[in-house]
Amino acid sequence: MRKIIFTLVVFCFTFLACSEDNDVNIETVNVTLKFTQNWDGTAISSSDFNQFKFTNENGDLISIERLRYVVSNTTIGAVANNYQLIDVVENTGAEIVLEGITKGSKSLNFTFGFNDADNLDGIYPDLNSASFNVPEMLGGGYHYMQFDGKYKDTNNADANFNYHAIRAADITDPDNLILQDTSIDIDLGNVEISDNTTIEIQMNVAEWFKNPNTWNLNELNTVLMPNFDAQILMNANGQSVFSLGEITNN
Amino acid sequence: MRKLGLYILFFTFLMSCSSKEEDIYVPVSYNLQIPELFADKLIAPVIPADNPLTEEGVALGKKLFFDRILSGNQTQSCAHCHKLQEAFSDSFQFSEGAEGDLGSRNSMPLFNLAWNFDERFAWDGKEFGLENQVIEPIVNPVEMHGDLKEITKRLNNHDRYPDLFQLAFGTSEISSDLVAKAVAQFMRTIISANSKFDNYLLGEATLTVEEQNGFNIFMSEEKGDCFHCHGSNNNPLWTDNQFHNNGLDETFTDLGLGAITGDSADNGKFKSPSLRNLTYTAPYMHDGRFSTLEEVINHYSEGLKFSETIDPLMKKVNQGGVGLSDAEKADLKAFLLTLTDQEFINNPAFKN
Repeated sequence: MRKIIFTLVVFCFTFLACSEDNDVNIETVNVTLKFTQNWDGTAISSSDFNQFKFTNENGDLISIERLRYVVSNTTIGAVANNYQLIDVVENTGAEIVLEGITKGSKSLNFTFGFNDADNLDGIYPDLNSASFNVPEMLGGGYHYMQFDGKYKDTNNADANFNYHAIRAADITDPDNLILQDTSIDIDLGNVEISDNTTIEIQMNVAEWFKNPNTWNLNELNTVLMPNFDAQILMNANGQSVFSLGEITNN
Repeated sequence: MRKLGLYILFFTFLMSCSSKEEDIYVPVSYNLQIPELFADKLIAPVIPADNPLTEEGVALGKKLFFDRILSGNQTQSCAHCHKLQEAFSDSFQFSEGAEGDLGSRNSMPLFNLAWNFDERFAWDGKEFGLENQVIEPIVNPVEMHGDLKEITKRLNNHDRYPDLFQLAFGTSEISSDLVAKAVAQFMRTIISANSKFDNYLLGEATLTVEEQNGFNIFMSEEKGDCFHCHGSNNNPLWTDNQFHNNGLDETFTDLGLGAITGDSADNGKFKSPSLRNLTYTAPYMHDGRFSTLEEVINHYSEGLKFSETIDPLMKKVNQGGVGLSDAEKADLKAFLLTLTDQEFINNPAFKN
């Protein structure tokens, strides 16, 4: 009997001790990710659109008229946001707030576009409503990016471009599409989270035309969605597009 | 005895509370039937918190929609230019107003308006929100040419409307805001979602070879490339509800969205209309310049005209367009006609 009482007392103490541990308040904060755009370091605002004011690496003068893209699996430490459509011209979706993040050094990652596992046809009502879909004949799912505008062609005449990034699709045999995930995993390294923090993530739009492939809009301008090779080039150029910007605490 | 008095007092107090609750009138909530495809594929319809759909509000809105009392000289109702049998548009290039004046735009068809997520209405996006859009043609001097003060006075003196507004909004004091709310409620119930292609997507119909080919052309970036602006099997509205310059003119006599925003980059941009019910909505484009679907398809195939604000999605402008063959054009038309919703234009809920 004494043994049983002793065991019960020890158990109770252990239990209470555990309970006290649970009561320790782990402070969490909110982190805001703010996506911005620049052209080789010069900030782009809505007043810069629809004008021929950017020159790409190939020397083509361009005007940006539409720029919207998806980021998915945006993760700080263990906290993730599913996906978000950022419409630069309409100035919507540029901020993602991740809640309940513990302070300290945290990794910051996201995917440009959707990886194959998430890029399922027609499953996101908000993106369907925004007509961001990819036709089934090209593998379905969603655009990663719609970047449209005009450029001055070799005759200095205005010509259209549609730099649309999607999952690469080889449609040579329509009954047997060959698909390749060309989404881009972006690892921005570790960020110190102390208070409610705002982290700027910069897109250097010029990089889409630059590194490692100098993009010639006279050769690659429209109808790039069914162009498997063009999608591979976009994927390569996209690797260096995003970088960490300013980090502020409040 | 004192106890009995307390009981009586308490009972009286309870009864007075009860009768107060009975005095609060609540209209019956309207059960908007959201089509299966819309529910599966799209975000929720836009219904403002300050104007929920009610049975009484929708019924009142419908009555007002068909009533000529809303025009200045009481000769026209909303339905004058928005006829059910023409998918709530009309068959004229430009509609005639109450005073006999001709407008400069084609009457827009009215359906699925609750799914206009950006809430910019009319060809030029002039009005934000359906309630504002309702008022615009009523007071427009070229259209119904009404005076809101006079119209609300008429309605307030009417033998039935004060009671109907009481039922719908809990007040018999009729204001233009409540008129707009009622008509907007009715307009949000106007839904078209039962075309052959809807049934095909639901597994209840099959397409002909021509219709399937036409859909493929519609969805192909190198052929029609219609889907970027006009939706897809995953966006059954068949419009992106956005504004585009689709290459109609080199210079503009009508600035469209540009006249509203004051931004020259918006000049020549007009709203993408839904491609549903094209069978009933001729003539086409904001100015009704095309009488037939063949003309529309020819425009995108070889009729594009360059201007500074032409949408970059308009490809091969230098060649006039995407250059479809005659067979491709016929197939594309065959597909477009599968978006015809015959049940819609015969729906008794929308009839006067």
